[in-house]
Parts: sequence; C-alpha cells; structure tokens
Amino acid sequence: MLSSFKFSIDAIDVARLQDNLSHPSAGAVVTFEGRVRNHNEGQRVVRLEYEAFIELASKEGQRIIDEALKHHTIVTAHCVHRTGLLEIGEVAVWIGVSAGHRGAAFDACRYIIDQLKQRVPIWKKEHYDSGNSGWIHCDTTPNNPTSL
Amino acid sequence: MLTLHLHYFAIFREQAGKPSEKHSTHASTAAELYTELQQLYDFKLPPSQVKVAINQEFCDWQQRLESGDHVAFIPPVAGG
Repeated sequence: MLSSFKFSIDAIDVARLQDNLSHPSAGAVVTFEGRVRNHNEGQRVVRLEYEAFIELASKEGQRIIDEALKHHTIVTAHCVHRTGLLEIGEVAVWIGVSAGHRGAAFDACRYIIDQLKQRVPIWKKEHYDSGNSGWIHCDTTPNNPTSL
Repeated sequence: MLTLHLHYFAIFREQAGKPSEKHSTHASTAAELYTELQQLYDFKLPPSQVKVAINQEFCDWQQRLESGDHVAFIPPVAGG
C-alpha cells in the first residue's frame, strides 16, 4: 500500500486521512495528532508558526516512513505536517499507521513522531501573549525559555 | 572565487533579512562559509547546533563547495 509524508498549508482533514488507513489485513490503526498548545515553559502561547525546508524535509520525512515500514510489521504509514500560522488547538502534525496487530502500529507511530522531531528540517516559532516571539531551540539569549 | 546559492530558513532567514541570495566567496568548505556568514549576519548559533545541506541533501561540514551549489544551514529543528 502507498505510504507518504506530506506538507499542508491548509488545515489537516483528519477524517479524510483516516480513510487511507483502511485495509482488510489491518487489525489495528494507531493515529497521533500533535496540536497547538496554549502554553510552553511558563509562557502563554497565542499562535504558532511552522516553516519547513520543503524539498529536504519531504525527503527526510519519506526516509522515516520507509524506515518504519522496514523495521515494523505494518501495512501502511502516513504523515502530514502543517506549515504557516496555526491557532491554538489546530492539528500541527498527523500520523496514521495501520498494522495487523496493535504492538507494531503503536511502535511505528511512536518511531515516526520521535524521528520527525529530531531529524526533519521544520521550525516552530511561538508567539506569546506578551507580544514576544521566539524560534524554539534556536534562541541563544541566556535565560530565554526558548533556548536550548 | 565561487558563486553559491544560499537559502535561509527560520531564525537565519530573519537574521539575514532574506530567504535566499547569490553569494560569492573564497570559502572552500561549508564550515568556512558558515564562519563567514556568522560575521556577515551575526548568526549566533554555534556550528555544533547547526547542520548543513548542499543541493538539498544533508552533508558534512568539511564538504568542498563547488560553484553553483545550493547551500542551506539548518538551525535546530522543532517539528511536531
């Protein structure tokens, strides 16, 4: 079955994506939604901005999907990541995995989100209610909550 | 002298004030080029926190640059 890693500038249509996971041999479907949270490290977040190096991120994301398919006994795996400005509660990333059994589906889904966060060139800027904003993990200012 | 296509993302795009540019340089490796750009645009991230991509593939800091290469420095990622 086709598996994919994609970006979307528009809101993620979770119900439509879920349809891609149906397969007669799939006894387990695991999905993960990463949503925009209204706080981080003690600051109130009002919105998020995601930026990606689309060409490289698409390749690296597809490698992760391929690794999940190779190392776990699953039927299919899909991932969609948003770019642009997102409001609180919006789905920033959606991952769906189907497999014969639940163990592999959970493991593969976990693998994909963990690897994505470590390897795929996507950046997140938080906008706070104080009017400040910052790129997560990129701020080198001492004592800034967004610094490493 | 090499002519390169540089691409900036996220904090580097904001600090450089542009998403991309053509850049002429005497730097021969990605590491030398990053040092040059740190001085030019006041990039504060140390190389240990940055990755390099040449022609849309991750590569080593010591990779030799060639004229026409598309080079991007990757600040710490934060997807998901």
